[in-house]
Amino acid sequence: MLIEGLIAVAFVAALVVFVSPDEYAGRLAAALSLVPIAGSLYMWSQFDATGNALLGGSIAFETDFVWLALGGLDVHWFVGMDGISMPLVVLTTILTTLAIVSAWTPIDTRQSQFYGLMLFMEANLLGVFTALDFFVWFVFWEAVLVPMYFLIGIWGGPRRKYAAIKFFVYTNIASLAMFIGFIALVFGLGDSVSSMRLPEIAMALRGGELGGFAGLDAGALKLAAFLAMFVGFAVKVPVVPLHTWLPDAHVEAPTPASVMLAGVLLKMGTYALLRFNFTMMPDVAQALVVPIALIAVISVIYGAVLALAQQDLKRIVAYSSVSSMGYVILGLVAYTTYGVGGATFQMVAHGLISGLMFMAVGVIYNTTHTRMVGDMSGIADRMPVTSGIFVAGAFGYMGLPLMAGFAGEFFIFQGAFTSTVHSAMPLFTAAAMFGIVIVAGYLLLAMQRTLFGPFRFDGEYEVTEAAFHDVAPLAVLLLLVIVLGVAPDLFFQMIQQAVNPILQTGGGL
Amino acid sequence: MLALQSSPLPDWMAVSPALILALTGLLLLAIDSIDPTSSNSPLLAGLSTAGSLFAFAVAGWFLIEGTGQSATGGAISLYGDALVVDGMSLFFTLIFTVVAAMVSIASMDYISKERYQGEFYALVLFAATGMVLMSMSNSLATAFVSLELASLPSYALVAFLKDNRGSVEAAMKYFLIGALSSAVFAFGISLVYAVTGSLLLPDIASALSGADGMTGVLGMGMLMILGGFAFKTASVPFHFWAPEAYEGAPAPISAFLSSASKAAGFAIAFRVFVEAFPLGGLPAGVDWVLAFQILAVVTMTLGNFAAATQENVKRMLAYSSVGHAGYALIGLAALSANGPNANVLGASMAHLLVYGFMNTGAFLFIALAEHWGVGRTFEDYNGLGAKAPMASVAMSVFMFSLAGLPPFGGFFSKYALFYSAIEAGFWWLAAVGAINSALSLFYYSRVVKALWIEDDTSSLELGSKPVGLYTAVIFAAVGTLLLLPAFRPVIETAQTVAAALF
Repeated sequence: MLIEGLIAVAFVAALVVFVSPDEYAGRLAAALSLVPIAGSLYMWSQFDATGNALLGGSIAFETDFVWLALGGLDVHWFVGMDGISMPLVVLTTILTTLAIVSAWTPIDTRQSQFYGLMLFMEANLLGVFTALDFFVWFVFWEAVLVPMYFLIGIWGGPRRKYAAIKFFVYTNIASLAMFIGFIALVFGLGDSVSSMRLPEIAMALRGGELGGFAGLDAGALKLAAFLAMFVGFAVKVPVVPLHTWLPDAHVEAPTPASVMLAGVLLKMGTYALLRFNFTMMPDVAQALVVPIALIAVISVIYGAVLALAQQDLKRIVAYSSVSSMGYVILGLVAYTTYGVGGATFQMVAHGLISGLMFMAVGVIYNTTHTRMVGDMSGIADRMPVTSGIFVAGAFGYMGLPLMAGFAGEFFIFQGAFTSTVHSAMPLFTAAAMFGIVIVAGYLLLAMQRTLFGPFRFDGEYEVTEAAFHDVAPLAVLLLLVIVLGVAPDLFFQMIQQAVNPILQTGGGL
Repeated sequence: MLALQSSPLPDWMAVSPALILALTGLLLLAIDSIDPTSSNSPLLAGLSTAGSLFAFAVAGWFLIEGTGQSATGGAISLYGDALVVDGMSLFFTLIFTVVAAMVSIASMDYISKERYQGEFYALVLFAATGMVLMSMSNSLATAFVSLELASLPSYALVAFLKDNRGSVEAAMKYFLIGALSSAVFAFGISLVYAVTGSLLLPDIASALSGADGMTGVLGMGMLMILGGFAFKTASVPFHFWAPEAYEGAPAPISAFLSSASKAAGFAIAFRVFVEAFPLGGLPAGVDWVLAFQILAVVTMTLGNFAAATQENVKRMLAYSSVGHAGYALIGLAALSANGPNANVLGASMAHLLVYGFMNTGAFLFIALAEHWGVGRTFEDYNGLGAKAPMASVAMSVFMFSLAGLPPFGGFFSKYALFYSAIEAGFWWLAAVGAINSALSLFYYSRVVKALWIEDDTSSLELGSKPVGLYTAVIFAAVGTLLLLPAFRPVIETAQTVAAALF
């Protein structure tokens, strides 16, 4: 019952914070959010899962009982963790607390509602990463949208209403496509499954139990479902050309919401791609390896080029997320231990680093009230600590060795290069690696123009070093980035255990 | 133990939910005639609420004890089979009584300054009595009479704000269309009687096989009966009264009509079509399922698109309730001669129960806004979230639940409904429903956006927090949320009691 406890604590904390007075809300939320951290770290220490939860591995902290019986398919309350979920759960709990602390300065209206929504989102994110029944998973998946919609819409920038609606519409339509695709699969499986538990469905699909449905034969149904689900998850990731909601959402969202959006919400997309498309239907993924790899490469390069062209620091980081998530897709489609494992590791690494970058931009913005590259230079003179962490984070983004980003990208590249799914994979990998150069380009350019050189600032505000509680979350994140870069095995071993069964069993692999 | 049929209690006790409602109504009239000028609103509203809740409790108790269900010997027939108490009628009674209770408590503040308060509550209870009887009707005659008993008080209630032109106009329109559809309904009954020689539903069913020569008359009669139900459930093409009536009526009455009265229409439609015209025994050329399929698709699509174009929140809700009638119609549209019919019909009933909470709550929030003097358009709702956070949270719950977003009750009931439709082989019906449901998020989220995200431009100060309205709104919100973990007994009960019909 540990997972239920974790989720319940976050829900209750959300309620408590929601009704608490504004002046205490931020502190209270931060204090309460320490409980899920403690819980997730404890679970990490007790973690004993082996194998992949969907493919017959043993599941840690499992609960499974019938929630409601509906026709031939029961809905189970089924939660549990394997090596893929565990790191993401830890990431979620830690990032939530840091995001909450980073909100103390910028959020000055309706605080209790803000922090309540942050905790409510945490609860649902934990549910997404631990649910193992499709129905339960989908409930959490959709419920994440609601708090994010409010976070952008109420506390966002000048175009917040547009951005919030766009975010909501894009991701909700994506969910519908995905839902239809999955349900069609389940009905195609017919009597060979008795519930929507993901392991049951994954095993049945890989065992070739699929029949036809709604006039489609098994092959066509599988392809159609794969595409519907791929599109549904790709919007969330996001990949080019379904990425246009992301810069809008990021630019308008308040910093803590951006941190959660880039740090955790985007990972929902790649997590789901891994769990559903690449685990359940490896044969279709193999057949589509060229288009998927192409999309990944285009996302990497195009996202990076777009970032190069931006003047707004936050937009730069936002577009660079499109680029980084492209690597994750490339790793997934490679179908090697290093590729898929590296992609999973990169989810966590990118979560930490992009969170760090968004927070750093946020801290600079709190002081200067501008994010435009042209409005400032030499900020490092006045804000040395923040700038230092910004630079360190940027190097992490570029993949400096001994930082988490390096480990993730290295694994992905190694895995993709040695991949045997298609003879063109090394070519795609090489093309994607040019992304690294562009990343270095835009980050160095942005830093050179804003942080270094003679101090100049075209604004009315006094530029001084940020308060301790603004910088502390940055420092914590930087520390975690380095720790994970030095010792990737903290997560990589458990990830590997969960990834290997995907590559070994069943299908045409 | 009070499971009727296995206990010494007489059979007529099975209608006690209806009796309790009727007696409470009479009691209210008695109190009112002792002191006609009194406007002791808490007493009257409290009595009305207590009566409804008592009826709710009795119905729930019967349902749990298995009264009228196969466990205790099957349906209880009364008065020469004119009425029948079974699981389905008790299930629907739960919907009517809980909505009546919420409406009564909410009206305490809403009509506290009006005259004729005693009559108001009495009319609500009489209408509820009619609805309960509708769900128990086993004969076309009692169906007609109980439908009128539910309708006539409703006409008066819509016109209750008689100094308000809109209210009177709405009642006029409601009454005229109601009278017309009653006539059509009665004509349909007479045609069916002409073919089968009986008004009792089981007798009609058994007489159908000898009706081969008169399929035209029979089909016409069924179509006209269907028209009568379409009026009561506000389904296309008899939906035109609904937006006007809901907009003009006092908001608690709009809640009552769009939740309870609509459910009553479905209760009677379910029973009449399933019992009297069983799919297996219909003469060739008569296919009411096809009619319901067309009706369902057209109703949900038209209702949704019309709702999307509204600027007035109450009208938007009115049209969206037309859309929801379309979803509930899937319960009849996805039936087939030998399909798994009970599941989809039960899912439709469960959706009506959830709908009873979320839709009543939404209209009661509007009653709250009207009480405060907030305007009627989306813009008028701007920034209410900051002024009345608790009520606005409740309203957001209703909106997201109506749109079918998890984790609210509406998601579960829609999921169950669409799922059962697919299971019955009507995946295209479920697809139309799902697409409509996704589109509906557009206009529901406009309300949420207005409440929380738009900036407040008016200088309106909200008055006191009316206790009754707040209680009802929060009660409905809690109900909508609690239907998430408690959905299992609801759907299981609904599907079990639906199975008894086939």
